[in-house]
Parts: sequence; structure tokens; C-alpha cells
Amino acid sequence: MYVAVKGGERAIDNAHAFLAEERRGDPAIPELGTAQIREQLRLSVNRVMAEGSLYDPDLAALGIKQSRGDLIEAVFLIRAYRTTLPRFGASRPVDTGKMTCTRRISATFKDAPGGQILGPTFDYTHRLLDFKLLADGQTPPAAATAPANESPLPHITGFLDRDGLIQPETGNAETPPDLTREPMELPAPRALRLQALTRGDEGFILSLAYSTQRGYGRTHAFVGELRIGTVAVEMEIPELGFAVEVGEIELTECETVNQFTGSKTEPPQFTRGYGLTFGQTERKAIAMSLVDRALRWRELGEDDTGAPAQDEEFVLMHADNVQATGFLEHIKLPHYVDFQSELELIRKLRTEAIAARTEAAE
Amino acid sequence: MSRIEKITPAPLLSVRNLSKRYGSRIGCTDVSFDLWPGEVLGIVGESGSGKSTLLSCLAGHLAPDGGEVVFATVNGPQDTLRMSEPDRRRLARTDWAFVHQNPRDGLRMGVTAGGNVGERLMAVGTRNYGSIRDAATDWLGRVEIDANRIDDRPSAFSGGMQQRLQIARNLVTGPRLVFMDEPTGGLDVSVQARLLDLLRGLVREMGLSAIIVTHDLAVVRLLADRLMVMKSGHVVEQGLTDQVLDDPQHPYTQLLVSSVLQV
Amino acid sequence: MTDQSYNFAYLDEQTKRMIRRAILKAVAVPGYQVPFASREMPMPYGWGTGGVQVTAACLMPEDVLKVIDQGADDTTNAVSIRKFFQRTAGVATTEATSEATIIQTRHRIPEQALTAGQILVYQVPIPEPLRFLEPRETETRKMHSLEEYGLMHVKLYEDIARHGSIATAYAYPVKVEGRYVMDPSPIPKFDNPKLSDSPALQLFGAGREQRIYAVPPFTRVVSLDFDDHPFDPSKAPHDCDLCGASESYLDEVITDDSGGRMFVCSDTDFCRTRREAGHAGRLGEAQFSSKKIANSFEGICPPTGDEA
Repeated sequence: MYVAVKGGERAIDNAHAFLAEERRGDPAIPELGTAQIREQLRLSVNRVMAEGSLYDPDLAALGIKQSRGDLIEAVFLIRAYRTTLPRFGASRPVDTGKMTCTRRISATFKDAPGGQILGPTFDYTHRLLDFKLLADGQTPPAAATAPANESPLPHITGFLDRDGLIQPETGNAETPPDLTREPMELPAPRALRLQALTRGDEGFILSLAYSTQRGYGRTHAFVGELRIGTVAVEMEIPELGFAVEVGEIELTECETVNQFTGSKTEPPQFTRGYGLTFGQTERKAIAMSLVDRALRWRELGEDDTGAPAQDEEFVLMHADNVQATGFLEHIKLPHYVDFQSELELIRKLRTEAIAARTEAAE
Repeated sequence: MSRIEKITPAPLLSVRNLSKRYGSRIGCTDVSFDLWPGEVLGIVGESGSGKSTLLSCLAGHLAPDGGEVVFATVNGPQDTLRMSEPDRRRLARTDWAFVHQNPRDGLRMGVTAGGNVGERLMAVGTRNYGSIRDAATDWLGRVEIDANRIDDRPSAFSGGMQQRLQIARNLVTGPRLVFMDEPTGGLDVSVQARLLDLLRGLVREMGLSAIIVTHDLAVVRLLADRLMVMKSGHVVEQGLTDQVLDDPQHPYTQLLVSSVLQV
Repeated sequence: MTDQSYNFAYLDEQTKRMIRRAILKAVAVPGYQVPFASREMPMPYGWGTGGVQVTAACLMPEDVLKVIDQGADDTTNAVSIRKFFQRTAGVATTEATSEATIIQTRHRIPEQALTAGQILVYQVPIPEPLRFLEPRETETRKMHSLEEYGLMHVKLYEDIARHGSIATAYAYPVKVEGRYVMDPSPIPKFDNPKLSDSPALQLFGAGREQRIYAVPPFTRVVSLDFDDHPFDPSKAPHDCDLCGASESYLDEVITDDSGGRMFVCSDTDFCRTRREAGHAGRLGEAQFSSKKIANSFEGICPPTGDEA
């Protein structure tokens, strides 16, 4: 009968104290500062910002520290905080064409105006544990860098667009629905799908994208362009009558170029998938663009092959890791009442079945 | 031809200029015909002739690009293509029935035979377990399935039994119009014969109106009053079944008929 | 103590207004699932975020709040949610069903009949009664709008064909005011009759699934069945071993590892009130307070790690 014990409250408090102690670990080891997390675990910070839908590296670092490095838990902390924040307004759409790129690559053209910029990437590193890092870190020598490119880098897909080789994306004056303020309604417009994908779980989006590459809704994607860098965030201030820059954020943008054989109304043309995420989160951005493309089958007149990545309802309803983890873990909560009613039913059915069998045997 | 004489003045289904394209390819184009109460219409043609596209458009499974499909509902004639989805779905579970070529598409494979037959009854409001069970037992008998299989799932049935179960499930509420897509396709020849016999009996007994799509002329010879021959999305010939089969006018029909005779 | 860094009852006023609009719509169309823009709450989805948002939107400073989980006021999640509102709204709380103006519940309806003016808020994990027959939301919404409920009865038919009776013990589907089929949340079917014609307002909140629905006072709620296999709200054929009640829903408690067990009211307030009024069951003594009774079983069934 522990459920009726007032100690439930005490047990919760004790468990939380225990958690705090475990979070700190061995007090002989210096405590980790959030600035260290922000600077040295930046890819974790980026993931938490992307899936938490809040661009704030310091809060993301705090979330990671508080959650003992459990990134989904950190995303949850950020989301729960974010939802309480008042909204002052909306920024103007950011212009990724004006991005100051630290990385910019294309898999479709060997060279293009602005060139390929590798930037800080794991690509081409040999995945060998670097035991030098075990020792107390020395500051690595500064990398050789070219002077920052001041003129904006044109989008690679723009070259295809100019020749009519890729399906054009037309602007839309409609205000896109806000996933965090309105319930998800299906079928969802693309703007809503992209919102759900950009805050969706990296692992889930990655696996779905991978499944399209293996033939479950194949879209033959190439990375037309992947760019990472900072863009200015501008807001219109009604009193001023013009937009002012309120800050700068780091983004990863991926545009895929996909094969396409033409449809009812269109001659053969390449098509696109799009990914845009906070911070340097390129695995997520690439995966997102593949899933986005797979979900566009209806608009592009393709067949529904029944692949999971083509199934909008399946993808959107299961991409959110905060929802998923909550529901998964709620089965730890007491279910005595439901279980009791099942128990009684099974006993009753068994009694009846055994009685029927005995009767038949007689 | 006694059934033809019973025709009432208004057609049950009136189709005008129905067209469906897949990109630049024609699914079916400019199809027009009337179906009279109690009449069975056969649509024949080889695969790719547009007959299945036509049936899907008629039954509301596929949205055509243009045309009308006017059905004599209890509230008078209505173009089913312009009906709201709720109305169309209501029609599909009351006055209409659809027998798929593959019984798996028309049955709930995880539900018992009794539940499969009972579903339409429950959908229209029957709330007595005993009477649903009685109706299911009766219908299993009518399609020659042993009553003691009532609590078995269709997955335990042979292909022929599954198809007969699908027919029972569709006819249990006495629909006014039945669409059938190659109802004997995918079955052994001996099983086909038995199913055809059964269908003919049910059609006669219930005075069913039906549209049957098939590539098998033996099926239409046995079941259909009237015949429509399709080629490349066009109707090339239509008329009374015996007339079309015994005296085909269009070269394609002649070819179809002669190829059957060679078999 | 109210935590001053958050608005009254945690949610900002705009969000509460949005939820209240959804509640009003739900009350106007009994049993219909109203989509609402559920917010992330500082507790996980699946742990009552829907109920918490509905409670937050309904709470007034003068309200008296009761929170139960599995019928008990002291289960860990009930404690956690009650504490949340004590901290963010500073409202009075109670364990007595009759004193509460708002009762948030998970999986039970209190034994004591509710009265006019009370609000019962249910936490709902899966609001869609057709979900396990048809996984697609787009499809189930159509089925509701067209009253296509044949499939629901197919499920009940299959139960009877296979087991001889309807094998749904909790979250037993109901029809509200002759129109919408509704999931009453995972309450035992024993509680279903209490849904109908209650003088209290019953609100259902599903946070993760973003749905709110309602059963307004004095609304007819019928458990689905067949004419010849009527709904049967039965429970275990025992009396409460502590208070002797024969009409309450019972939890089964395993007392040793040789098959010993006892049955006690799942509604802890109901059981305590009866014992304080002098009733006693097979193992209970009337004069014991609930705390002493509870503690007396600690030795028999010690707290497990689950409590953390």
C-alpha cells in the first residue's frame, strides 16, 4: 500500500536531491561551466537549439548541464521555457543568400562562383581516437583562414533555376501557420511540414531520410548546396517604419537537387528538397531536405509507394522527440486501475472458459 | 430476356462524358452510358484498355478529370462526382457495394468471417448481436461457406472462399448497385466456374444491378445483359451481350472474340 | 506560496483564453474532440499535460483543488501535479471530494457523487476512441463527422464472438448525447455509468494529442453494447478489506508471496471517510486514520523503488 503513504512526497524530494548530487558527480573534479559547454560541446548546443526551437546558446548549454547531457531532456527544458516567453513580434524572413558562410559545398558542381568552402568539418578526418585530447588540452594552433568573403555567395540552385532546369519555388504572401501556437491540422501545408521537420528528432529524421535512399520512397537526391554561416535577423519596428538588425544567428541550409521525369503539366525538370536548421547541424539539415522532398510526392504528381517517408501523417505525428519520450515514459506511471480491470476481466473469461470446457468434458 | 421488360423509365446510373488522364496518357475518355435497374453491364477489354480506371471513377475511388456520374438516389438523381464526401461515403456503405479483384482489398483480414459480413449491418445501425450473427450465418450459407467457419478469420480461407466471403459482406445489406472488378481474376479455373455459378444465382435471385469489369468473356457471357468493349480508353462497341459476342462489329471486338474462341 | 516568476496557474493569460475557447466549443458540442494548441508544460507529455492545461485555464484564486491518480490523492504523479498548482497558483487543496471545486483525475471518477458547480478534469492519453481500429487522424475525423461508427461495433462483435462477452475493461467507448463516440479516458468501465447525467461539468484534456472534449452537466452518456449483450459495469466480487464498502472500485494488493492478497478502495478519500464514520472491513479498524492504516501496511508491502 505504498501509494497511500504520505512519503510519496518525501520520496520525490529525496529523489530530486539524489539527482542533483549525481549531476555534479565527483566533487573532486572541477565543475563544468555552461560557457565550457557552449564553446566546447557546440554541436550538442546546436542540436538542442534546433530541436528546442530556441536560438540561445547559453540557455541550451544550461539545459545540457542540467540534464546531465541527456539532449532530449535538454530540448524539453528549452521547449518548456520557450513556451512561456512573450512574443514581441516576428522577424523578417532571413536572407540566406546574404549568409556569411563558414562552410559552403556543392555536390553537383565542381566549382561555382564563390567556390567550395570546406570549413570546420569532420568530413575527411580519420576517425581515430586522438589520445592527445586525453591529456590536458593545449590550445591548437590557429587554422589558416582566407579573408572573409564580403560579397554574398549566390545559391547554387539559382544557376539551375535561371535555365529552367529546376522546378521554381514561388513565394507565397500567406502567413505560414505557427506549429507552436496552433494545433497541427492535416493535411499540412509545406511551411508547416518544414517547421515540424526542423524541430523534429535528428535520429528520426535521419533514419527516414536514410530509408528513402535505400528505396522506400526514393528521390535520387544530391546535395545541390550545403551552406553554414551567420545571417542577420531583422525586425520591422512600426514606430520607425523600417527594419533594424536585432542580431545574428548561425544557420545550416541544405538544398537538394532531385531527379524528376516530369508530370501532367511539367516537362522534365529537377526538383528540390529543403532543409534549414539552427547552428551547425548539417546531418539534420541534409536529412530534413530528403524527407521534405519525399513528402512532396502529391504536389509533384508522383506515386504514393506506401513508403514511411512519404506518409505525411506518420512523419509529422512521430517526429517530435519531446512528445514521443513523454508518452513512452508515461507507462512508468501507475496503472493499477486499468490493470485491475484487465485482471478481473481475464479471471472472468478464464472462469467461463474453464467451466465450458469442464461441461464439455462431462 | 424477361428481366429487360421490367425496366422502369429512369436509369439507375447515367454516365456522361467521363474522362480521366494520367499525364499525357489516356485512362478513359468520353465514356457515356445508362444502366437500368436490374441490369448487369459488363465492361471488357485487355489490360490497359481503361476498364479498371473507368470502374474506379464510377465508384468514386478515383477523381475523373471531367464528366458526370448521375445515380438515382432515394432523393432523386444526383451527380455523385459533385456530391460532398460525406454523402458519397454514405452511398458507398448503403446503396453501393464494391467487390475487389483481390479479396484482401475488400475484407478485413484480421476480423472473423462473421464480423466481416456483419460490418455493413452494424454500420447502418443493427445493434442485436444475435440477429447480426443469424444474418452472417445465413449469408455464409448463401455463398456456400460452412456455418462453422463463422469465427475463423479470412486468412485461414482459400482464395475462392475469401472471394465468396467478400461477396457476402457486400450483399448483406441489399445494395442497389454493385461494382465488381475482375471478381473471378486470380482464381483457378474450377473455382472460377463455381463462383460464376454462385454469382449468377445471386444476380437472378436478388435482381441485382451490377457493373462488372473483366477481361474474361466467359464471365460476361454468363452474367451480363449488356456489354461495353473498351480499347485505349475509348468505348469501341456496346450492345446486348449476345449480340456483341455473336456478331461483333468493331475489328477489335472481333479480335477479342476470336482470340477467346481459339482457346 | 505562489511562485511569483510565473503567471497565476503557470500559463499566460493569452494561452488560457485560447484553452477556454476550446473548452467552450467542447461544451457546445458534447463529445467532439476540439483541436487546441497544446503548450509544452514543465512536465512530460503523457503525464497529464492536457489535464493540467485545462485545470490551469479553469482555476480561479478561490478554487479548491483536488488531484487524484488511480483514485488516490497520494500517488506520486498526483502529488507532483498538486504541488505544481500550489506553487504556481497558490490555491487551496483538499483530499475531500465534496470540498473540491475542481478535481483533476487520472483513470478514476470519485465514488462520491459529484455536485453542481464542480468540474472534473480528466487526463487523457489517447483521445481518439477509433485510434486502434484506424491509425490515421485524417480518417478518424471523417468517421466522426459522418458518424461512421460501424467499425467500433465490429470490435465489440469480435470480442463477443471470441470471448463470449465484450473484452474491454477500461477506456470503454461511450456515445455522448446520441452523437459522438468518445473515449472516456482509461477509467475502469465500472466508472462509466457515473459519466451520464452528472450534475458536474466533465472536461477532458489530451496535451500531446492536442485535443479537448467535454461532457456538460446532465448529458446522456451511453456505453456501447448490443441489445442482447448489454454493457456490464462489473467489478471484483469483494468488499473493501479496510472499510467494508461493497459498492466501490477496488485495488488488489498483494500482501505476501504465497498468494495472500487484500482488496482496498482505489478511492482513498472515500475509504478514509467511511472508516472515520465507523465502518470497518475484514482487516480494517474503524478508528485508524488513513496515515496509520497506510503505515501499518508498509511492513507487509514495503515501498518499492517505483516511488522515486
